[in-house]
Amino acid sequence: MFDNFPLWPARASTGAGHVDALYVFLVLLASFMSLAIFTMVVVFALKYRRRRGHEAEQIEGSIALEVTWSVVPLAVFMAIFVWGAVIYFQERTPPQGATEVYVVAKQWMWKLEHPEGQREINELHVPVGRDIKLIMTSQDVIHSFYIPAFRIKQDVLPGRYTTQWFRATKPGVYHLFCAEYCGTQHSGMIGQVIVMDPAQYEAWLSGGATSGSLASNGQTIFEQLGCSTCHRFDTQGRGPNLTGVFGKSVQLEDGRTVVADENYIRESILSPSAKVVSGFKPIMPVFQGLVSEEQLNALVAYVKSLNAPATGAAGTPSLSPVGLKPQKLKE
Amino acid sequence: MSNSPIAVEQHGPELRHHFSTVEQQRDSASLGMWLFLATEIMFFGGMFCAYLIYRLNYYNEFAAGSRSLNLKWGTINTIVLICSSLTVALSVRAAQMGKRKLVVILLILTLIFGLAFLGIKGIEWYDKYKEHHIPGASFNVDDLVREYPQIHIDQSHEQIYFSLYFAMTGLHALHMIIGVGIFSYLLFHAWKGRYTTTYYTPVEIGGLYWHFVDIVWIYLFPLLYLIDRKPLG
Amino acid sequence: MATAATIAEREHYLNKEYGIRSWLLTTDHKRIALLYLVSITFFFFIGGFFALLIRLELLTPAGDLVQADTYNKLFTMHGMVMIFFFLIPSIPAVLGNFLVPMMIGAKDLAFPRINLLSWYLYIISGIMMLHCIVTGGVDTGWTFYTPFSTAFANTKVIEAGLSIFVAGFSSILTGLNFVVTIHRMRAPGMTWSRLPLFIWAHYATSIIQLLGTPVLAVTLVLVVCERLLGLGIFDPNRGGDPLLFQHLFWFYSHPAVYIMILPSMGVVAEIVPCFSRKRIFGYHAVALSSIAIAVFGFLVWAHHMFVAGISLYSAMIFSILSYLVAVPSAIKVFNWTATMYKGSITFSTPMLYAFGFIGLFTMGGLTGLFLACLGIDVHVTDTYFVVAHFHYIMVGGAVMGYLGGMHFWWPKISGRLYPEWLGKFAALIVFLGFNLTFFPQFILGYLGMPRRYWQYPPEFQVLNVMSTAGSTILAVGYVLPMVYFLWSMRYGKIADENPWGAAGLEWKTASPPPTFNFEETPEVTWEAYNYDQIPAPAEVLVEQ
Repeated sequence: MFDNFPLWPARASTGAGHVDALYVFLVLLASFMSLAIFTMVVVFALKYRRRRGHEAEQIEGSIALEVTWSVVPLAVFMAIFVWGAVIYFQERTPPQGATEVYVVAKQWMWKLEHPEGQREINELHVPVGRDIKLIMTSQDVIHSFYIPAFRIKQDVLPGRYTTQWFRATKPGVYHLFCAEYCGTQHSGMIGQVIVMDPAQYEAWLSGGATSGSLASNGQTIFEQLGCSTCHRFDTQGRGPNLTGVFGKSVQLEDGRTVVADENYIRESILSPSAKVVSGFKPIMPVFQGLVSEEQLNALVAYVKSLNAPATGAAGTPSLSPVGLKPQKLKE
Repeated sequence: MSNSPIAVEQHGPELRHHFSTVEQQRDSASLGMWLFLATEIMFFGGMFCAYLIYRLNYYNEFAAGSRSLNLKWGTINTIVLICSSLTVALSVRAAQMGKRKLVVILLILTLIFGLAFLGIKGIEWYDKYKEHHIPGASFNVDDLVREYPQIHIDQSHEQIYFSLYFAMTGLHALHMIIGVGIFSYLLFHAWKGRYTTTYYTPVEIGGLYWHFVDIVWIYLFPLLYLIDRKPLG
Repeated sequence: MATAATIAEREHYLNKEYGIRSWLLTTDHKRIALLYLVSITFFFFIGGFFALLIRLELLTPAGDLVQADTYNKLFTMHGMVMIFFFLIPSIPAVLGNFLVPMMIGAKDLAFPRINLLSWYLYIISGIMMLHCIVTGGVDTGWTFYTPFSTAFANTKVIEAGLSIFVAGFSSILTGLNFVVTIHRMRAPGMTWSRLPLFIWAHYATSIIQLLGTPVLAVTLVLVVCERLLGLGIFDPNRGGDPLLFQHLFWFYSHPAVYIMILPSMGVVAEIVPCFSRKRIFGYHAVALSSIAIAVFGFLVWAHHMFVAGISLYSAMIFSILSYLVAVPSAIKVFNWTATMYKGSITFSTPMLYAFGFIGLFTMGGLTGLFLACLGIDVHVTDTYFVVAHFHYIMVGGAVMGYLGGMHFWWPKISGRLYPEWLGKFAALIVFLGFNLTFFPQFILGYLGMPRRYWQYPPEFQVLNVMSTAGSTILAVGYVLPMVYFLWSMRYGKIADENPWGAAGLEWKTASPPPTFNFEETPEVTWEAYNYDQIPAPAEVLVEQ
């Protein structure tokens, strides 16, 4: 029982150090304040204990003190707020060019898929020093993807994508926990994040059999489901040309403008009439119930890949076809 | 505020022993009812909040659902309730003036209006039942989908409209039923001559309750019935 | 000197009438307070029993005492019972009911029959909850998050939800009664600035009960309807929004925690001046800070949702507001401490509980700052850090305040003194047991142990064992007062009108009080906490 008795979690990401620094500051502050109060209570209790000949002195109060001990804590609190908000802002703003790993949570397991197509269950292999962005959804109830060693956590919701990102700094094996109660095996919905040296990671990546990259799977599904019938790569299609659309602002029929992010692509597949692009009719079939979460992830990845510069014929996106070795992603 | 120890007051049997004066008792009852109505505002407020959020997000379905309600009946019910609030206000005044017979008549009229409201609500709900618009296993809005081809109607979003419709009008109707109960009680005691110029508090606070239920309807009616009465598109 | 014989001759609220009807149909606020005392103590032990089973399971990393589903039911029902059937009623329904009319010089609350109705609603909801527990229980967590609770759980969600719905009305009616009473039934001369701070605290609590509880009620109604009819208001698989549930739920449940702590703060504000023999330092600051907590408490609910999927900017706003609500609590702690300065302090049992409250509430409140801090919260939310935080406030704070209040007013309530040395001993046990139980949980939380975990990785075991050890000690500390309070009702020393030499109208009438509280309506011409005018008791109980 006493072999393994840590009092501090492993620190293995770029963000973890910042969180720890703020935490240590807060611990010191809280200890100081607690000790100050305890000391005053004890000192007053002893110094002013009831003794013969010593009457209590009736003191009404002191406006100066009230103001001081309202304003000073408030100022300290605001400083803590700013510090914490800065960290939070950084935590919630994934850097450009991060490698995107898709996560699907279901009772009671984590399913992960790398862009190269590698799939994992309850494990996430990542290389040291690379920005990894997790794009997550749930098939059933709310879960939460928590990696204590990276000090990050984000609830995973059914019906939409949520994201979080990290950059691992130390090779090792770290806990992955589900942190939102989700039923019987909530405490069994755990796994490991395995951080490897970049070379080892590449070896791992190419070692496993892969059925193609996520985006190329998406292309296959795109064609199988008939999406390409309307979403042509010229201007003749009954649906918008999807080249270069991801991440751009889109004008809708009802006048609104939205950004074509993961949630928009997903919603457009599952409930197409919710946000119809200006100039097009709401005739796209509804795919709710006809595509799985993994297929949705693949389609989203495919649409994203249409932003890459074309190397083939004009207007035709180029991708690694199924079966070829996954290409090394640019750093 | 009385400022002598136990004032031996000449008071009727209606002064409860823990109060020192009739004014104190009446003020307490009144404040108590206002506070209770504040809790009711929060109670309905939660549902209004949910309704407003979904109306923003699922506008088309909510508009279609709104148009499927019977505007004629809704308007008649609104008038019925406003008339009932009039009779209630007049009954409070009559009670203040000690006019027993008038109080009884006005209370009876109020009850008639209240029951009329409930009856019409029953008719509306029955229509919804026939149209398969009641949420649950047999919910089906194919009729709305056919009626409004120019917009896309998602059945699950439409079900949210009707869920909130029934929850809100149901809760309101429950409060009306309770109101009818309260006013029946008031009618009985008014007929027995219990309310005098010095003691009419129950009529007053019963009246406050009824006015509140009326005001909730004044909000419900436009929110539920009057969304987007211009041509859909 | 009062003797048992003279007590028996004098008529008071306990001996005015005998028989079960006189209790079950009473409208005397003091008897209703005792009815509540018995009921909430019963539920405290039920909730405590579940806690003990939880801690026993967590002695080992593997799930080996109960099955996973059972464990999930245990923590759910521990939370529901402790929050809705113990903490929320506790001080208001027992001490508040007993003391509010007396402290303001009234004969009873404004609506005595509604007070009795409150108790019956509580009992009905309690029976519903007990039935739910014995016929299978519920395993959604006390927070009922959707869509798990509406579409996936196969336990008695509807029954639990309806039980809490009914309990909510008990709470609302108590709050309503207090507000009207405090506004309209004050004795002549009892101005707002002369009110004991216990009254201010209960006033603020009652505002929260009135305005917050109905939102929970309607949310539970919608959850029940959704589950019964397969609706989709909160279920994304059916077009709904699970975050809407969370917003509606926390809109009540955050202010609810202030319902649980404000009354305790009121108790401390009575005890500390009495055993320092001086007026509270900063009366107006403390009074207004109660109101400020109630108001600000309604503005911070989404700090429970920082990682739930709300927007960045939402999170920042709620974080700032959460810091604002911490300020009035800090003000109170400083004022209580300053009250002791140049006082004349005795270490009676109530004062020991007050010291414990000040220390533990300070620690719990400071850890709230960690949680309000966005960068830290992402790591520690949904972990044992949060569990430790709220137990420091609820148990180290609210329950200690409740026990301190029970000891302080026990002579008034029962006419007897409890054995002082046992009181001190139990207070010490509670304090030590409490810290051993919950301090390790802060460390566990930062290490990353999530909450609601039936099994856990082995490296968390040592801290869990410490926590369980502490919980057994804590349990002893809780059983002791029940035993000696009961003992004292028969064998305790007879108490006179004011054994502590305390200020406050309740101490100007006999112990136990007559049914209508005062022989004559008091007329107040002095300020609150007029300890310069009240002599300290010659025979101080600490010398017994």
